[in-house]
Amino acid sequence: MKRFSTFLFLLFMVVLMGSNFISAQTKPEAFHYKDEIGVIKIKPNEPIHIACWLAVAGSEASLGIDSKRGVEIAVEDKGGKILGFPIKLTVQDTGCNAEGGQAAATKLAADPTIVAAIGSTCSSEARPGAPILWKAGIVTVSPSNTAPELTSPKRGKEYEGYLRTAHNDKVQGAVAAEFAYKYLKVRRAATIHDGSPYAEQLQAVFAERFKKLGGTITSQEAVAPTDTDMRPMLTKIATGKPEMIYYPIFIAAGGHVTRQVKEIAGLEKVYLMGADGLFSPDFYKAAGEAAIGMYHSSPDFSAFAEGYKAFLEKHQKKYGEKPLSVFHAHAYDAAMIIFSAIEKVAKKAPDGTLYIGRKALRDALYATKNHKGLTGTLTCDSYGDCADPRIAVYLTRAENVKKLEMPDKPFWAPYIKQPSLKEKPEEKKPVKK
Amino acid sequence: MLQRWKDRISPTDLIMWFIGGAILCLIVWGSTATLTEGRYTHRHWFDFIVFGFAQGSIYALIAMGYTMVYGTLRMINFAHSEVFMSGPYTAYFVAAAFYSSGFLDRQPLISLITLFLVSMATSTLIAILLERIAYRPLRTSPRLVPLITAIGASFFLQYTFRGLYGSGFQAYPTVKVLEGVWWVGGFRILKFQAVVILAAALLMAALYSFIQRTRIGKAIRAVSEDKEISSLMGIDIDRIIVITFIIGGMAAGAAGVLYALMFKQVHFFMGFIPGIKAFTAAVLGGIGNIPGAMLGGIFLGLVESVGPSLFLDGLGIVAPYQLKDAIAFIMLVLILIFRPTGILGERLAVKKA
Repeated sequence: MKRFSTFLFLLFMVVLMGSNFISAQTKPEAFHYKDEIGVIKIKPNEPIHIACWLAVAGSEASLGIDSKRGVEIAVEDKGGKILGFPIKLTVQDTGCNAEGGQAAATKLAADPTIVAAIGSTCSSEARPGAPILWKAGIVTVSPSNTAPELTSPKRGKEYEGYLRTAHNDKVQGAVAAEFAYKYLKVRRAATIHDGSPYAEQLQAVFAERFKKLGGTITSQEAVAPTDTDMRPMLTKIATGKPEMIYYPIFIAAGGHVTRQVKEIAGLEKVYLMGADGLFSPDFYKAAGEAAIGMYHSSPDFSAFAEGYKAFLEKHQKKYGEKPLSVFHAHAYDAAMIIFSAIEKVAKKAPDGTLYIGRKALRDALYATKNHKGLTGTLTCDSYGDCADPRIAVYLTRAENVKKLEMPDKPFWAPYIKQPSLKEKPEEKKPVKK
Repeated sequence: MLQRWKDRISPTDLIMWFIGGAILCLIVWGSTATLTEGRYTHRHWFDFIVFGFAQGSIYALIAMGYTMVYGTLRMINFAHSEVFMSGPYTAYFVAAAFYSSGFLDRQPLISLITLFLVSMATSTLIAILLERIAYRPLRTSPRLVPLITAIGASFFLQYTFRGLYGSGFQAYPTVKVLEGVWWVGGFRILKFQAVVILAAALLMAALYSFIQRTRIGKAIRAVSEDKEISSLMGIDIDRIIVITFIIGGMAAGAAGVLYALMFKQVHFFMGFIPGIKAFTAAVLGGIGNIPGAMLGGIFLGLVESVGPSLFLDGLGIVAPYQLKDAIAFIMLVLILIFRPTGILGERLAVKKA
């Protein structure tokens, strides 16, 4: 009998809740705002929730924290408000791996208050994460994913809610290959990747371009991001007698490779080149003096727009240090295009509630055109590439490592006709000791 | 005769043997292909082997802790990887202070010994605390309970270090005297790798003779044979168990400094992968068996270093080094198929496990 009464009670509760729900649904609304996917309603005094999913902890934290700070400065520049509604920023760590990206995206997708997302940091996170977010109707703009496949025409419908303000690595890989072939006059190169979409695709672009220019790729090796002992793999590379090693991987593994290369017989004099994933003072910490004489491809900060100087001053004032990595300005731009897209599509109801259509927001973001950002003039194409990419090559000198500061002047760039001859590169790698 | 064979061998055994045989064939095929290709000279092979030995001796030292605790307590101390991490992480602060004051370059030997002592002391302390707080109160509870506690303790320690020192890594200063190479009979060997291998060999020899020659060592062996009987013989079980944790902690602390010398990075998660590998090494050598753990560690290090080039290169697999973990674990599977007790594991008279 007791069980039966419990059952009756439960049934009653369910009916009650159901009816409540139905009545809420059928309540006539004075204000109409339709959207194919869904509408976010923000009552007066409620915040507009923007979620960051970035790698803010772990060995690649410098990448994510750098972007997070860019977003924070963008919010500040906006006065903390869009259309009179305060902006609320939350951050989920993604850990720079697929599992972390998936977990963070699943968490975000479960939160219906999120208007738009900024992230992810690493391309490996976006591959599983972006479809999860878009399924929940959340559009995301990445400040630092650069793997070509994320915005390739073949990427599939589930990535339709994904855009990026970072450059596409089709550009970066080609610049690196041209630099190696035309400037360093290297004819034999080896590459290393870590199985992440970013590294794997970037080294593939490099290898393809390098071969097209007439060079030979001696081997394309891979490591696991958590590997520490690179010496056996480097010994294998040494058998191909390359003149240069291109390893667009991340800081933890990149540091080990850089330190261990010089210990291998036959690789004492190779040129080393990394990419933007390694362009951080944290990398200098990881690699130590072995990083001296190394090249990096990275966005050209000197080609950034006027506002970048003011941004750097604000950054210095707010955090007491220089940017930690590469993608702070891209993150700033990502936040700004989201803000202006929200302004475009949001509608205020007579009772003060703000209505934002998810599909409309996505379309407005894709329609971004000639947005004057810090990284250049942003125009999004139909696959979500919004960047105005200018990639340059940087050379690390002894004082950079000593002060743990990234070089601020590009060493070479394809659009600078003559590489500055005043800064002739050392003929041989500087001997450390 | 045939009938008896049929009774003894189950179909599962046959399938396992078939799988094992197939893997073996692949290995032999790959190796011959690589060797006939002649891409690597004897110098390269020597390098591979030295790299493998250096990495393997670190695994071996960590594996001692796993295997000794298993021997006495019949439990896997999953927090051992954090015992390994805590030592060099704490010693880092000493190392950084030495480096910035210039003491490290002036007195490298004294600094190195200090680093070892600090690291070993910290690891040992953590190991003792672990035993006292997390394992001793649960010694009589079901076997799964201390296992879960170990995992919990492991997370606790990891995130304590993360909370204290941040989630980034710390870069170990380089010891100048250990940079560079030595030439040994026409072969090139990195100085610090030679030091790592020598130090690990010395430590392992010391440990082994301690276990074999001293009264306490005898007591440890007795406890791992049968706890109840040895307590009847007047052995203080609690004391012996603490001693095994101390020895394991010391070995792990020493391994930590060697690791830091080789890779020059420490972070709160650094123990995880070496810990798993060392556990594998302990199982490979026969868990509970101390020489087995040493052998297993060295074997695993060698397989990881030599394996990808030797086995996979000849099969035409690109970028073999991303598969080195796979190779290491396939070796484990192979050994467990053909020798379920591990390389040196003895068949147990009474089922202890």
